[in-house]
Amino acid sequence: MFGYYLDLALRSFKRNRVLTALMVLALGLGIGASITTLTVLKLLSGDPLPQKSARIFAPEIDPLPTENTAPEKLFARWGNLMTYTDAMNLLHARKGERQAVMALASSKITPQTPGQHSFFSDGVVTTSDFFSMFDAGFQYGSGWSVQDDENRAHVVVIAGFLNDKLFGGANSVGKILRINDHDYRIVGVLKPWAPQPRFYAVSLGGHGYGNGDAVFLPLQSALADKVNTQTVNCFEPDVDINHLETAPCAWVSTWVELAHASDAGAYRTFLSNYVAQQISLGRLHHPEVALPDLMQYLAQQQVVPEDARLQTGLAFGFLLICIVNTVGLLLAKCLRRSREIGVRRALGATRAAVFAQFMVESGMVGIAGGVLGLVFAELGLWAIRHQPAEYAGLAHLDISMFIATFVIALVASLIAGLLPAWRACVVAPAPQLKSV
Amino acid sequence: MDIQPIFAALRKHKIPAALIVLEIALACAVLCNAVFMIGQRVSEIHIQNAIDESGIVDIGVQGINPDAANADIPAYLAALREIPGVTAVTEINMMPLGNNSWNTNVATSPADVTSKDSPNVAEYMFTKGGPEALGLHLLQGRLFNDDEYADSKLGDSYMPSTHVVIVTQSLAMRLWPGQSALGKQIWQGKKNMYTVIGIVADVLRPDRNGGIAQFHWSMFFPVSPALGIQEFVVRSAPRDRDRILRDGVQKLEALSPSVVVKGQTFSDIRDKYFANTRSMVWMLVLVCVVMLAVTAFGIVGLTSFWVGQRRRQIGIRRAVGATRAHIMQYFQTENFLLSSAGVAIGMILAFGINLYLMQHYQTTRLPWYYLPVSAIALWILGQLAVLGPALRAANVPPVVATREG
Repeated sequence: MFGYYLDLALRSFKRNRVLTALMVLALGLGIGASITTLTVLKLLSGDPLPQKSARIFAPEIDPLPTENTAPEKLFARWGNLMTYTDAMNLLHARKGERQAVMALASSKITPQTPGQHSFFSDGVVTTSDFFSMFDAGFQYGSGWSVQDDENRAHVVVIAGFLNDKLFGGANSVGKILRINDHDYRIVGVLKPWAPQPRFYAVSLGGHGYGNGDAVFLPLQSALADKVNTQTVNCFEPDVDINHLETAPCAWVSTWVELAHASDAGAYRTFLSNYVAQQISLGRLHHPEVALPDLMQYLAQQQVVPEDARLQTGLAFGFLLICIVNTVGLLLAKCLRRSREIGVRRALGATRAAVFAQFMVESGMVGIAGGVLGLVFAELGLWAIRHQPAEYAGLAHLDISMFIATFVIALVASLIAGLLPAWRACVVAPAPQLKSV
Repeated sequence: MDIQPIFAALRKHKIPAALIVLEIALACAVLCNAVFMIGQRVSEIHIQNAIDESGIVDIGVQGINPDAANADIPAYLAALREIPGVTAVTEINMMPLGNNSWNTNVATSPADVTSKDSPNVAEYMFTKGGPEALGLHLLQGRLFNDDEYADSKLGDSYMPSTHVVIVTQSLAMRLWPGQSALGKQIWQGKKNMYTVIGIVADVLRPDRNGGIAQFHWSMFFPVSPALGIQEFVVRSAPRDRDRILRDGVQKLEALSPSVVVKGQTFSDIRDKYFANTRSMVWMLVLVCVVMLAVTAFGIVGLTSFWVGQRRRQIGIRRAVGATRAHIMQYFQTENFLLSSAGVAIGMILAFGINLYLMQHYQTTRLPWYYLPVSAIALWILGQLAVLGPALRAANVPPVVATREG
């Protein structure tokens, strides 16, 4: 029977070419717009470390001396940004499985080859656990040790793409690289590593998406060389900017990995106790703390741009209009065929059979709309890749979105087909036959 | 025109009529909000910025050797000033719309410094020639004199050691509403106090730090050339600008090969800053146009079907004396009634969506005039869409009444 319905549907499409084309086009446009924006939204709100994001936490404390802002508001704005003193205290307490302190520092790299110009690359100044905590894998060598941190060793880990650029992709471990006019020994070269969103850069003033960083320096070594970090929020006037280690400024962030997600309670207690102790010492003034896990942190920091969410809402509004439009056109087509239905019913077709016939017809519109929607989505994503946004280059249709296209198309068209199919199957045969 | 028969006919086609109404309502709701979003973004792109945008080149120099900076920076300024066509040069800490910003909270008295609503203000610092290089428009008071530039050091702090400041008009009005700001004092912390000596037309901040209303809260300090504020503003006539950008970058690179020099025109900075906003505007425009087209085709399709179904009735009406114009008017009036119902529901929907957006996004209340404007747009769209089918209906000959059935 299904084959027969398909044949009937095709004949009906041929009879009303323009109307059919309009339905498919409208549905295709709606689906194309929805899938395009949904792909971008999924890309922007993805999990940067899916295998362990539930065990990665951002300790947040309020270093402000006054009643300037409510702590929750400050956490929403500053996230896990804190003073160097607090960050180092949390690092040295080693209450998590792993912990790292970090800041961003655009770094001048001077190639050894004569004739090649110096250039600036995105850099991270951090502590030894950074690589293992954030699953940054090594192509050559390894990270540095806790001793290197404390001894202010001049070592550096570089990204694979920088290694390609400077050393043609060869193993460069042991070589010397001049960074910010100081010599650093390369100890490791990373495999391609660029988590999206770039969660660790969010509170540090970096862009939220896009390419990974090029150089990774030990925080304390870089500080000894007077590195300039990207974000410095000072909360008291008359700051000595040459001694940020002791300045009343929040400019480093701290991340902690716990052995189990359920250890968060214990860590929060430790954090509260630490803050209480610092309050009694007169260093801190607000007992409030927060410990969001990675995904909660991304939500708190509102990493996904507002416009991306607005676009998705708009696209689904548009899809709704397209579906209503398709319902109307399908209905018009099927009401025009009342006589045909009357004949089929009189010849013995049951209501269920007529219903099935019309559902097959709308399903076919849906699949055609889905194929067209896929074309529009590819076109839309191509357009987005040529936009200036920092996430632009990442916008590609993936398998799940490909499947989603067809599911949305089929569901949309079947919903659109329900009303016309029901109208068709309740057509009484006798009056229709009389008028033939 | 008697509308009673139209209602009677519509009652027989409740579902198709309801579908048209629903489609117009949805289109109206989406259109109102989308056009409002477009308007907000366009006005943001065209927000006032009282500097000489078309004549400014910005050259950033990174990686200056700290030990040589005291000699190098004045040498850079001199080299840039020598380029033919250059009218003014300054060293500045940041550029309007440049995304790299120095900000601080300020107050009008030391007691208010820690208050919750002390405004956060962008702090520009430039060397001698700054107002000329940027092209600031002085509205009241005076600009900095040479002594004030020479005496002011940046040193180890984020604030200069000067005691004078120039503010934008918007900031003056925020700090001292209804009073003259000249001679008043701005406090940063409990120790730093600056006297307002001049008020300039509104200049934008490097980034939108807290809402569009605060986009103009900027203040300017004089400083002597220093390390740490290493952007150079070079002003010229707009026609010389591109050549000066090339020459300037080349000269600085030749002066110290170890630094990294990056130059751009102010137009580049502006384009980069608003690039996302602009692409959002185009996306919204595209969706609106396509949505209106889909709605129009929906109306055409349903009305055509309607006309086809009623050929016989139309024939009878023609046979008993209705003119072509009567038939046309019938379908046009019918569409007008459906559109009106759709627009009425759509306005309520639009308002509801706006309320939702206000709660969850940085959106303001939809101004009332968006509603009638989009209502008129949809009425016109409906009339245009119905024109074709109505004409076809008008062309149904009276003889149809006798032939069919």
